[in-house]
Amino acid sequence: MARLTVADLEARVPARPETSDKPEIKVGMSTCGRAAGAEPVFAALEGELKRRSLEWRVMRTGCAGMCSMEPLVEVTLPGEPAVMFGAVTPEFALQLLAACTDGRPLPAEKRVPGIADLARVAGEPVGDGDGDGPPQYRIVMRNCGVIDPEEIDEYLDRGGYKALAKVLSTMTPEQVIEELKVSGLRGRGGAGFPTWLKWTLTRESKGEEHLIVCNGDEGDPGAYMDRSVLEGDPHAVLEGMIIGGYVIGATSGFFYIRAEYPLAIQRIERALRQARAAGLLGNNILGTDFSFNVEIRLGAGAFVCGEETALIASVEGKRGTPSPRPPYPSVKGLWGQPTMINNVESLANLSQIMLRGGKWFSEIGMGRSTGTKVFAVTGKVKHAGLVEIPMGVTLRQVVEGICGGSATGSPIKAVQTGGPSGGLIPARELDTPITYEHLQKLGSYMGSGGMIVMDETDDLVELSRFYLGFCVDESCGKCAPCRIGGTQMLRLLDRIAAGKGSEGDIATIRRLAHAMQKASLCGLGQGAPNPVLSALRYFEPEFRGRLTSGSNRAGCQS
Amino acid sequence: MRQRRECARFWRPKAENLVNPAKTEDDVAAIAKRWKNKRGSLIMALHALQDRYGYVPREAAMSLGEQMDVPLARIYEVLTFYNYFRLKSPGKQVVSVCMGTACYLKGAPLLLDRASEELGIKPGETTADGEFHLQVVRCVGCCGLAPVVTINAKLLAKVTGESLEEHLLSPATTEDGKA
Repeated sequence: MARLTVADLEARVPARPETSDKPEIKVGMSTCGRAAGAEPVFAALEGELKRRSLEWRVMRTGCAGMCSMEPLVEVTLPGEPAVMFGAVTPEFALQLLAACTDGRPLPAEKRVPGIADLARVAGEPVGDGDGDGPPQYRIVMRNCGVIDPEEIDEYLDRGGYKALAKVLSTMTPEQVIEELKVSGLRGRGGAGFPTWLKWTLTRESKGEEHLIVCNGDEGDPGAYMDRSVLEGDPHAVLEGMIIGGYVIGATSGFFYIRAEYPLAIQRIERALRQARAAGLLGNNILGTDFSFNVEIRLGAGAFVCGEETALIASVEGKRGTPSPRPPYPSVKGLWGQPTMINNVESLANLSQIMLRGGKWFSEIGMGRSTGTKVFAVTGKVKHAGLVEIPMGVTLRQVVEGICGGSATGSPIKAVQTGGPSGGLIPARELDTPITYEHLQKLGSYMGSGGMIVMDETDDLVELSRFYLGFCVDESCGKCAPCRIGGTQMLRLLDRIAAGKGSEGDIATIRRLAHAMQKASLCGLGQGAPNPVLSALRYFEPEFRGRLTSGSNRAGCQS
Repeated sequence: MRQRRECARFWRPKAENLVNPAKTEDDVAAIAKRWKNKRGSLIMALHALQDRYGYVPREAAMSLGEQMDVPLARIYEVLTFYNYFRLKSPGKQVVSVCMGTACYLKGAPLLLDRASEELGIKPGETTADGEFHLQVVRCVGCCGLAPVVTINAKLLAKVTGESLEEHLLSPATTEDGKA
């Protein structure tokens, strides 16, 4: 690919006309899709088209979000809206193809709501006005399930890298930061630190060089939105990162990605190669005097490495043990230099904010929680999958409205957000709007976006043990409150679960939790007691009932 | 159609290379050459070693340390910290039961018991014939399809006790995970 310039990008119009005279077929081929059997479906379609010498497009797309209905196939006939089919088998795919070639109507079975039925998409026209549209709103996931993530041209056709061209040619770093400040974007890794402030602090720090890291170490069990974005729209994350590099004056950046996400790694590697060839990375990006390079560093299965100081140690190739803050990474990070660490989802928002303006972004959401948030809704819910909603939508709208409520027939008991550092929210609080502040008030927190739904059959004493056990396993062992406190608390919980607890145990757990929260070195130890504390806050009678009576069931319900 | 590399990095040793000390030197030299003098590259080099052999053999680690100018103690400090690295050769088929929260709620503990019983080993162990290695993993990010089990690079979705047994009894999956 020839090196692009600012003018090329500004002049770019979609290469394909909107209305094609041939049917277009898309197969969701991210990790979920492949696991559910999308590969044979794709092969069947491709083979049949070849056999019939038809030159239709069969595309491999990323995750459309409806993970429990994979494999998904979307068929668009000329001049008609797209129709989505779920749980497609190779045989059914051939039936679909036959219907297309014979000019028969598409089969009525296996139809599922398409992307357009589920969500408004940033930058695309809305039908009858905002009020009546579907509840989801896709900014981060605007290209997921729509484009072939392995082709940079498809990203460019959807307005890709236009934000970068605009920033490099018309905006100073200060103007970018000002726009971010207006947008109100806050870190999507969970804590919600204002992004503009992080960028300003890093920019103003003195050092030999400035560095930027994209935190793709999505270690929360039960959360996978970052994987989907990295797999489904890698260039969007990269574009955000390049803009970040420009703003803080960085010359190098690092993608830190979990080794457990092979497809995401492969897609980012490919995106980096394409971007280098197109002059979007390297020396004199888009013909300007800004130069910036990005490399990949892999994680190796350590939850604590999502914590920023541990992440820095890991990117440096060392054991991922955290260090005390301050100094914050924005002052002294990688190799002692000012380093800006941003979450995948935060970066994926960037290009849209730059294109559409901070004011546009700030009008989505509620109060100080602006924009949208992607959640991975899983557990005992009918339609498990990824959901991107404007902040301020209630938990009930997500769990019952979008995801169809309980899948088991047993009523919903609680929802867990924030993973092993988050907390439980009981069913009676489901009308709470989803914002950083509201969730914190309930004793949970936003976290990276895992939302796990539990029904009445789930045992919360066991679940507390599960989460705490996770943190005890993943504790790096450097500081005593986390290493010893966690282990002791787990012993107490084991005792309670076995029916050998005593009256004082619950009070001791609370005391230990307090010590861990106050004295642990990093977020892992400080957050580890949260699931236990929030379970105690809302479901203490369950714990008390177990003190002497023991487990009424072995393990967890399947 | 454009060439595409299929994803199989999850665990991708070539069976014939599992133990082949004679070739170690060349491999390590190539890996060391690629990563030496790049900052923060030790973990990347160790990933490359494990991709090659399925684990990090001691001889290879020693030779890598010499060539990259990293003390062996630092290499082992890293290897033993991260769950992903293995110091021993795993079985031909690595069975990983996902214990992320979604899988846990949907019965992963029962699946682990079932696999353990079926193979006659505990998590973290390898069968005597070197055929199977059983382990627990923390979330492979397919929570919408929970519970999930992977066998080498192949991901099984919505696994039940019966379907797991079927997969364990079926003929050996090949290196790229296709049955």
